[in-house]
Amino acid sequence: MNTDKLNFTIPSKAKMLSFALMAVGLLSIIIMFAVDKGDGEHYQSHTRAWSNIFIGSFFFMALALGASFFLGLQYAAEAGWATTIKRIIEAVSWYLPWGLSLMMLLFILGQLHIHHIYPWMESGIADKDPIIAGKIGYFGIFWWVRTLFYIIGWTWFTYKLRTNSLEADKLDVDVNNSYHWKNVKIGAWFMVLFAVTSSTSSWDWVMSIDTHWFSTLFGWYIFSGMWISAMIAITVLIIWLRKIGYLEFVTESTIHDVGKWMFAISFLWTYLYFSQFMLIWYTDIPEEIVYFQTRWESYKALMWTVLFINFAFPMVMLMSRDSKRNFFLLMFVGTIIFIGHYLDIVMVVMPGTVGHAWTGISWMEIGSFLFFLGLFIYVVLTNLSKRPLLVKHHPFLDEALHHST
Amino acid sequence: MGSPVAKTKYIVHGIFNDEVPMLDACRKLRSSGIRIKDVFSPMPVHGLDDAIGLPRTRIAICSFIYGLIGMSLATLMMWYMMVSDWPIDIGGKPNWSYYLAVPAFIPITFEATIFCAAHGMVLTFYLRCWLVPGAKAKNPDPRTTDDKFLIYLELTEQQSLKAQEILKTSGAEEINQKGSFIVPPAYTLEEAH
Repeated sequence: MNTDKLNFTIPSKAKMLSFALMAVGLLSIIIMFAVDKGDGEHYQSHTRAWSNIFIGSFFFMALALGASFFLGLQYAAEAGWATTIKRIIEAVSWYLPWGLSLMMLLFILGQLHIHHIYPWMESGIADKDPIIAGKIGYFGIFWWVRTLFYIIGWTWFTYKLRTNSLEADKLDVDVNNSYHWKNVKIGAWFMVLFAVTSSTSSWDWVMSIDTHWFSTLFGWYIFSGMWISAMIAITVLIIWLRKIGYLEFVTESTIHDVGKWMFAISFLWTYLYFSQFMLIWYTDIPEEIVYFQTRWESYKALMWTVLFINFAFPMVMLMSRDSKRNFFLLMFVGTIIFIGHYLDIVMVVMPGTVGHAWTGISWMEIGSFLFFLGLFIYVVLTNLSKRPLLVKHHPFLDEALHHST
Repeated sequence: MGSPVAKTKYIVHGIFNDEVPMLDACRKLRSSGIRIKDVFSPMPVHGLDDAIGLPRTRIAICSFIYGLIGMSLATLMMWYMMVSDWPIDIGGKPNWSYYLAVPAFIPITFEATIFCAAHGMVLTFYLRCWLVPGAKAKNPDPRTTDDKFLIYLELTEQQSLKAQEILKTSGAEEINQKGSFIVPPAYTLEEAH
């Protein structure tokens, strides 16, 4: 094994790319705020701009959270195959503090009435809106307590998983796996916390945009989206790193397995998306159907695009074994589905904020996506360069180095 | 090649305690030109297919076809029952058209696809391996169902000696030459080279 390839240095091209993305994104965000005055009748000034900021912050935060979940899952399941890519997952998951800080900033700005993404944050809304009045106990101070709980809980678990993994590298004795077993426990407890908070946080942060509406399945739907985005980010990063000469210890079978996850979770997402749609379509209760009415009337093209990209496309492209071992194809399909899941979040958020005044995907959505993408790339590559690309002492390391299916 | 004559083939069993030397022996045998007839193992061994040079399984193609059949049958069934023969008003859903009420039919289509693909695959697998009721076990050594790995070879006399040498050097615990049998001329022609 080539040991000088174990430490990653960010290629100047990649750094330039991330800065360029951020610069272009920032410019379009500034123009977006200048241009987006609202239509005066349906939605307020800058609402679309703020929604785009929210979508970008949430999508990449959720992606990091998905990676963090996957990391914990590998420990809890005591899985060996992903040991060689553990550092990649760790690097992706440690965008989490950035993502959560951006979310927190947005929440505070909302509470200060600078943006109007959450209708229930308006002062005196309970007097005007009887439905929100019935739910007001769940929002307000209780909402803030939950929000802080999620942020602290997730960050603590992710931090612990990461630092223990690095501490284990420093141990001289090969047989001392104490840090690993600590992580197994932490991972298991994180699964417990995540099982509950992934659902409730989606209700609190995303579903509450459509304050009148509710769906118990919504949390899993958002969760499946964040999980697949995380898997795509990990896959693309691995393939790119291999292409520029790192990660020669990651076997083809490991990448094949990550590809399988990509394929499988595409169906998990489709299953949840369709279940939510079908149950609401079937029962046809006015207070539920209103959610899909808005989408059907003003977001039809987006709805079909999202379903096609996130379901039919990966199904056809990734079904065979050979296509999951074709790294170019895996990267290409991954990139398309990645955009598909970003559009999915656009479709989740926009009808609740901009509503029927929506005019279709424009440079505003693209620009803010590029900014957050640039930030994400920069943060993840920086994380990656701070520690060796391969764990040193891990009980399953040998198994993963010889992984073949 | 000469005229077709009956040839004697020898059956060799190489028995191993562990799968790693067994895999190693498989690779060595194959690289010295010896065809491995079969390997018996108490558990699935990763990389065994490659090591003994099995061609890729085609069961995935079967599964795809069975899935398509299941999907078509389910669609036909539901169209006939719910649209053509006896339309029922369920929750005011459009009962005169399959297309308009399609979300309601998706779960059953999905289930039928999975059902046919899974059962079709299992049946194909059983028939292909002839694991039918009353079939006799073809296991050459019952210890392979417990803790031993067995490489099963059918070879000519010369090859047999070479193979036994390779098995010995790769750490076989036990090598048995289990007698011989006469190969009819028709087969000899095929394998003459």
